[in-house]
This record gives sequence, structure tokens and C-alpha cells, in this order.
Amino acid sequence: MGRIFAVTILVIAIGSAIPILRHTWWMPQDISTHGAPIDEQMSETMAEAGICFLASQILLAAFIWKFSNPKPDSKIKTFPGGASGLVIAAFLLVGTEVLALGAFGAKAWAKIYFTPAAANALPVQAQAGQFAFYFRYPGPDGKFGPIHPDMVSEANQNFYGIDINNDQDAKDDIVTAEMAIPVNREVNLLMHSKDVGHSFFVPELRVQQDFVPGLDVAIHFTATKIGRYEIVCTQLCGLGHYNMKAYLSVMSQQDYDDWLKKEAALQ
Amino acid sequence: MTIRLRIAGLLAALLSISVLALFSASKVRAAGEGKITGTIKLDGTPPHQRPIDMSKEPTCQQQHAGHPITTENVVVGPNNAIQYAAVYITEGLAGAAGSTVPSQTPTFDQKGCQYIPHVMALDVNQHFKVVNSDQTSHNIHPTPKPGGPNHEWNKSQPPGAPPFDVFWTAEEAIPVKCNIHPWMHGYMVVVKGPYGVSDNNGSYTIENVPPGNYTLTAWQETYGTQTQKVTVGSGKPATADFTFKAK
Repeated sequence: MGRIFAVTILVIAIGSAIPILRHTWWMPQDISTHGAPIDEQMSETMAEAGICFLASQILLAAFIWKFSNPKPDSKIKTFPGGASGLVIAAFLLVGTEVLALGAFGAKAWAKIYFTPAAANALPVQAQAGQFAFYFRYPGPDGKFGPIHPDMVSEANQNFYGIDINNDQDAKDDIVTAEMAIPVNREVNLLMHSKDVGHSFFVPELRVQQDFVPGLDVAIHFTATKIGRYEIVCTQLCGLGHYNMKAYLSVMSQQDYDDWLKKEAALQ
Repeated sequence: MTIRLRIAGLLAALLSISVLALFSASKVRAAGEGKITGTIKLDGTPPHQRPIDMSKEPTCQQQHAGHPITTENVVVGPNNAIQYAAVYITEGLAGAAGSTVPSQTPTFDQKGCQYIPHVMALDVNQHFKVVNSDQTSHNIHPTPKPGGPNHEWNKSQPPGAPPFDVFWTAEEAIPVKCNIHPWMHGYMVVVKGPYGVSDNNGSYTIENVPPGNYTLTAWQETYGTQTQKVTVGSGKPATADFTFKAK
């Protein structure tokens, strides 16, 4: 019976490693300039965790196989005692591994998140609210009008609470339900939440950033491939969370200019 | 007399009594019935209505292909007629006419990620049904004034879910929204007594108004309310037209 269990463990361990080794459910194609170190870090984490996982499962199976039929007079050792050397070695090995992953990961993270956006980056605002995203472009003046929370209205489609009649900076602001950006141009995304915690996740862009209520969070990225991608909320935010999404269109500069003109006409 | 005959006799008596009762009731009503009709117009240029981007919900977007939906703050038909204005009696209703709750249960439908009708008038305590005709989940979120007699609620209704049967207990124009589709917006206008809502020609009809002198109120979501005095004579419908001035 014990030996059947050992074999089962081996089969499950190897079976679950195969799709990971073959990249069956790997992330979609990377369309960002900053994605390479993230993917590398991800592969490294998967490889190291995978080796540890397989090694421990094989060891477990081997021990079960060997000790599944103990002799009646054999003694059972308890910790601390006979195996303490082995346990301390495992602690050190796994600890170093986790620390090393953290140290290298933080470096990759800092390279993307702790650098400011380029001065000529395209500013776009993203607002998350239960249960939709809305985006704002500053228009030709390059300035976002101030937000008046008391003017937020579903009836007028004024999701940002901007006062186009009285605020000079708000007059040419463009609010959209879909996000469009030009290809190969850095975007400085300024994020704020209207209510609770949300997240902005575009798998292809390797960008996943939380909206934190009360904080203005900025993140910058450059998309390198034209296409239409899904933006999803990955922070459980309420009953409509599953349906909280929008689309990101990466366009040629010409298409983007046309799109913005069209959206401006609809305001 | 056999039992069977006795039952038949009883039934016949019951039937004739109920027919008589029905006849006399309708007669009474016909004698007292009056109605108020009129049209609602806009003086000036209607404000710009923003087109709505429903790309988030493709099943709804497809339904509006070719004729994009806009906001409905001021919906204007031919000859500057205002649609979705609610007209009701605010003074002069006495007795039964003011306290009878209509037995009809109107439907507040969610179709193509829009509320149909955009404005639904209701009597206090009149039951209505909330229906989801879409292939997506909606949440119905009426937002009466906080602290008022009506209480805010927020219920989710997946596709195919049974209708909700609900009612309001006090007079109020209650905005309704859907948090999953933030562009959805409508009103439930709860009034006391008979009411009418203007159609796309701006005309409205208030039925079952007993003869008398009344103050009539017209409500429009952007322009607010207007009042007018009107007299309903016996068997003579009264007319009351309203004109809202564009801001």
C-alpha cells in the first residue's frame, strides 16, 4: 500500500511539472519594453521553485518506498534528535533561495517602478470605480482640469466630476471608456480610485498595479505591439468585480491621433 | 331539492350578484371619470447629450449597432416635445382617488444596458417588477435621499433571474443606477394619486381623475418642476400644457 502511495506522489509531481516545463499556460506574448526582466524573474522563480518541489516530492516518495514496511522492532527517531543536521541544512538552503529571489526580484522591480517617467511621456489618467474603468486625456493644453467629487454624475456621464464650463484646464479634457495609446511611446499612467481598492492588470503589458483609495499612483510603460488588449481588475472589489474590465488599444500614432479627435468630438 | 340543485342555485345567485356589482361599479366610475391631457415642450435648444461607449459590454453594444445611445437628461422629440416628463397631481385630490393604489404592476426593464422606460412613474405603495432582459448581470441600485422615508437598496440580477417585485413607500423622484454599467441611469418617480409620463410626442394623459380643481405638477429630471392649476369637469377632460425653458 505504501509503495502505491509513493508511486502516486511521483506521478502527480512529474505530471504537474510537465505543463510548466512546456510553458503550456505561460503568460501571453510580452508587448512592453520593460517586460524582459520580469519574464526572466518569473522563469527563474518557476525553475528554482520547480526544482525544490520536484526534489522534495522525489525524496518523499523515496522515503515512503523505503520505510513503508518497517520492521516491528525498529525505533522511530523524533526531532530534535537524529535528523537535526538535515533539517538545519534544508532551512538554510530554502532560506537562502527565497532571500536571493527577493533580492534579485527587488532589483528588477526597482528598475521599472522606482524610475521616473520620461519628460515627454504621454500623460493618461485612469480612474477605477465600482465596477468600471474610465480614462482621461488632458487635451491639447496638456493639463488635467481639477476634480470636483460633488459633480460626479452618471446621468451626465461625468465620471470624473470635471467642470468644463468653469475650469479652463478641463475644457479640452477627454474622458473615455476605452484606453488607447500610441505604439512605442512612453505612457505615464496616473491612477486613482473613486471608492475601494482596485487593480490595473494588462497581462501582455506586464503591468499590474493596485489602485489605493486616497493615493495617486503613477506607473509608466511603453507598448511595442499594435493590438487590442484586455484591462482587468485583479483586486476583489465587490459583487461586480468579475465584470470590471476595459480595453487597451495600442495604435499607430496616426490612428491614435484620429481616435483622440473622434473621442474629443463626442465629449 | 337535491344538493346538486341547491349548489347550482347558489352559484347562479352569486354570479348574478357579482355581475350586478361589476356593472354598478363601472357605472359609478364612468360617471365620475375625468382625465387630464397635455403636451410638454422645450423652449430653446436642448443640451448636448453625450454618446455612450458600451464597449465594456459587447452583448449590449451589439444591440445598438448603427444607432449609438446617448445620455437621456433631456430627450426631445419632434417640435421640441419633451419625452420622459412625469405629470401628477400635488393638490386637490380627496378621498378614494388619492388613496387607491393602482393594481397594475409596471415593468422596469434592463435591456441593451439601458433602463426601459428611462422614467417610470409610480403611485406610493404600487408594486412594480424589475426585469433583466440582458445576457449580462445587472445590479439595480436606486438611490433615494439618505435619511428620507425611502431606503436605498442595491440588488444584483443575473441573466434569467426571476423579476423582483418591489414598491416605494413615499413620494420622491429616485435616481436609479447600475454599478456594473455606470452609464445606465433612470428614474422612478413616486407620486400620490394618478400620474402620466410624456411620450416621444411630448403628450401625456392622466386617467381616472374625479371632477374638481387641482394643482398639477410636471417634473423633468434636468429642469425640475412646474405647477399649474387645472379644473376637471364631469365627463370633460382638462388640458394642461407645460413649457420648460432651456438653461
